[in-house]
Amino acid sequence: MRIGILCSRVRVEEKLLFAAFESLGAAPVRIDERALAAPVGRLVPEVDVLLERSVSTTAGLVAAQIYEAAGVRVINSAATASVCADKVRTSLALAAADVPQPETIVALGEEAALDAIEYLGYPAVLKPAVGSWGRLLARVNDRDAAEALLEHKSVLGGPGHQVFYVQEYIRKPSRDIRAFVIGDETICAIYRSAPHWVTNTARGGQASNCPVTPEIADLCRRAALAVSGGAGGVLAIDLLEDPARGLLVCEVNHTMEFRNSIDTTGVDIPGRIARYVLESVGVVA
Amino acid sequence: MQAECVECGAVIEVPEDVMQGEILPCADCGVELEVITLEPLALDLAPLEMEDWGE
Repeated sequence: MRIGILCSRVRVEEKLLFAAFESLGAAPVRIDERALAAPVGRLVPEVDVLLERSVSTTAGLVAAQIYEAAGVRVINSAATASVCADKVRTSLALAAADVPQPETIVALGEEAALDAIEYLGYPAVLKPAVGSWGRLLARVNDRDAAEALLEHKSVLGGPGHQVFYVQEYIRKPSRDIRAFVIGDETICAIYRSAPHWVTNTARGGQASNCPVTPEIADLCRRAALAVSGGAGGVLAIDLLEDPARGLLVCEVNHTMEFRNSIDTTGVDIPGRIARYVLESVGVVA
Repeated sequence: MQAECVECGAVIEVPEDVMQGEILPCADCGVELEVITLEPLALDLAPLEMEDWGE
């Protein structure tokens, strides 16, 4: 069985993954998507299973489609990645599965977006439909800010920024929860705490262990199945604690980072990922 | 192993288990360096963060 890891940028996570595969007796090859030039319909893949770890959402998704078309098992699948990469599609999938999430309105015009923000009330949250690491998140505190932000996005942004993804602001404690799902099992979770309302660890949020309660496990399982067409995958699910409604699913990530969560939780996350990949193609590790 | 920062010339300590594609920060000037080749060991400036980078 030939195993590949798709990545251009070898972060701590990718080094840990290579080591995890090797500890299970596998020898994955690194496939750098920047070197990919695939003849359409005639790609002869060098691997049988591919773990997609590209830091670029766009490149990773394209590569996943190309390798799947050539008969390679890709984790996460292109279908799952395409849902997770786009907050609009994620929200639609969660809604279709009755998974609780913050109230969300998608608007396609500046005036409609302003109406959506006014409807949700201030503060509201404005997010790019595609993006990570807390980039370009905006807490909109009043109408003046809303008008300015929307005008800037309309005038300066590309077509992707004309999709206005507006969410209610959740008055969470100074933290959110990131839960890690392998297959459909929630293997561990962390709190991400920060004085800032954006709690991503990429933005300085501090990680601490979050016990996986039955409620977290059930909600994450439902979210993982919702975005993957029932297949599950290797996913990180961000949860917000709403004082009135309890846990809400904020987003689902398909190429998650986990360097801050291994010692914090005591769970061998790269080892679990490697084992899942091998088991998915019938290699009993 | 050691290498030289292509931006500021500082000495970069390279771990023994370094991989092609690995990112090494320069402690002196703060840039990120990508390991382009292992033999010979060669570093270049890593690509800057793009809008679709993330997880």
